[in-house]
Amino acid sequence: MSQTAITFYIWLCLSGVALWFAAYSMLDDNAVSKSLLLPGKTSHGHYQIEMKCSACHTTSMGIKKDACLDCHEAELKLSNDTHAAKKFNDPTNVERLATLDVRECTACHREHVPDQTRKMGLTIPTDYCFHCHQDVQEQRPSHREFAFDSCSTAGCHNYHDNRALYEKFLLQHTQEPDLLDDPQLPLRLLLDRKATSDDPTSRRKDQLVGAPDGEDGEIKIPHDWHGSAHDFAGTTCAACHGEGQSWSDNVSMDSCANCHDRQFESFIRGRHGMRIQAGLSPMVPGAARLPMKQSAAHDQLTCMSCHTAHQYDTRRAAVDACLQCHNDEHSLAYKRSAHYRGWQDEIRGEAAPGTGVSCATCHLPRMVDEKGNTFVEHNQNDNLRPNEKMLREVCMHCHGLGFSIDSLADESLIDRCFQGTPKKHVDSIGMAQRWFEAKQKKKKRP
Amino acid sequence: MKKLWSLRACLPVALMATFLSVLVGCGGGTGGNSEANGKPGIPHKQFADAVHAVMMADRTVYAQHVVDRLKAQESVVKPDEYWHDEDGTIPLPAQMFRMGAELVSENEEAGFSYSLKSKWPLNEQNKANSDLEVAGLDYVTANPEENFYGEEELAGVNYYTAVYADVAVAGACSNCHNSHANRGDDYPEFKTGDVMGGVIIRIPMR
Repeated sequence: MSQTAITFYIWLCLSGVALWFAAYSMLDDNAVSKSLLLPGKTSHGHYQIEMKCSACHTTSMGIKKDACLDCHEAELKLSNDTHAAKKFNDPTNVERLATLDVRECTACHREHVPDQTRKMGLTIPTDYCFHCHQDVQEQRPSHREFAFDSCSTAGCHNYHDNRALYEKFLLQHTQEPDLLDDPQLPLRLLLDRKATSDDPTSRRKDQLVGAPDGEDGEIKIPHDWHGSAHDFAGTTCAACHGEGQSWSDNVSMDSCANCHDRQFESFIRGRHGMRIQAGLSPMVPGAARLPMKQSAAHDQLTCMSCHTAHQYDTRRAAVDACLQCHNDEHSLAYKRSAHYRGWQDEIRGEAAPGTGVSCATCHLPRMVDEKGNTFVEHNQNDNLRPNEKMLREVCMHCHGLGFSIDSLADESLIDRCFQGTPKKHVDSIGMAQRWFEAKQKKKKRP
Repeated sequence: MKKLWSLRACLPVALMATFLSVLVGCGGGTGGNSEANGKPGIPHKQFADAVHAVMMADRTVYAQHVVDRLKAQESVVKPDEYWHDEDGTIPLPAQMFRMGAELVSENEEAGFSYSLKSKWPLNEQNKANSDLEVAGLDYVTANPEENFYGEEELAGVNYYTAVYADVAVAGACSNCHNSHANRGDDYPEFKTGDVMGGVIIRIPMR
């Protein structure tokens, strides 16, 4: 064989290997080498699914039409989006949009550009409000001293969610005390049901269809299940494990989702479950960018991670489950806070239900839907950024609006998990009050 | 009997044929313009006038038979600017109108867009944004009985634009505007019958 032929065959082999390597890296979501193809590190919001290119990209690596809305649409709708894309469809907005086409999420939130990525995944300078609101100082003389990069960073405005920050709402909540007279979180429906239901013991035996027989031939009732929420709701072994030939010791998350679809759907939209939604293996704390405990590094996050079978103790899920993984300053400070003391009082029965504050109180808040039903939002980062999203959903159940705004603006206080009082003051309420008073005075003039 | 039956059978077919012939004659859509492209279709002006008539009819029904009726009954449910956030409230007529405009703007098949703007907007986003809008609002304010029609180019697209006077049909309209905190120093004291703004209908000319 000639030297040329040998060279040709070597080149062919190497090309084949390179081609296989590239195809493997591109097509296999679990390929270790895939990270080599990343054009840049992704943001804190998407790094978990960055290996699943198809989550956001088309086959030709363009951006899918609804890549962002597939996951964020419900959140934006709930927020009564101040700058919803539909508000800019009027053709006369063309000049504004030529500068910054805010109908596209990627105008402000690009991925794979770590050097340009700021808080909340923003990839444009923080004075972006200037593009459309140059004349704000004429409309609002009180804003003359403010720089445009402070609009959304000083605790006054958000681009999308201003439900707790608009003028009339601020005005309605002036003069509120730091701690309300009757602090009370929405109660979960189960608590109501428990209070009104009959003792289920009498019907237990009939309901345990499919439960494996114990050694003595009696139906074995798992001690953990006894007295659990499932017990009260009449949910039997078969509901999760199947029965007879189809019995399985392992319970999949699909079984949970069969009944708890709302919780499951919100779980897979958050950091805990977003990998599952993308069709990847569940998240493990060891892969997180936040500080996590080494002991939990390899624990996969599923429903069972927090709601251990068979007790499904939501009190454990509300605090201990979080702290078995989270190891950051804020999490570790929680047990030194007044919030935790209130939580302990509630658990001991020394305080009324709905008065204690657990991790879940703020991060998996109890929401009340349009029909008045209470449910737990399992997308734990739904209200985290910007944190003013917490004001109405969480803080204002117990605290006045002014105190709440100030607290959320004080990063040091957040690090200490709200031990103490805020050292920062955001004058939103005062400004709204002065604005309305000035208007009233002008109106009264002859 | 047989003849009668056959007539009955033919009637729906005949009606459908008549409907289709009318539809084809009208261009079957919103963009046709017999003057512009020689094909059968509705002239832009006629189309704009027609959709404006529907908009005004719906808005009048909402104002008279929903809003006014609630007021007459002293209902606890009230129209409120912050209806989204207040229990027992419904959108103001103008807000309902604007929400409809947003829905149409999201419908790629609609073939037109519309908006409610004013020379004295309480919300800055509702001020006139093009020279034609300014001219149109000036015209209908001075001539409430007439409409304004014109053509304009925005971002390389030619539009047929029609502007219609938006009149304070009830005291509630002018009172609410007059007492609004956002009114500027040059804001007029409106009364019933005054032109407070204009409905702008814009049709892309393809």
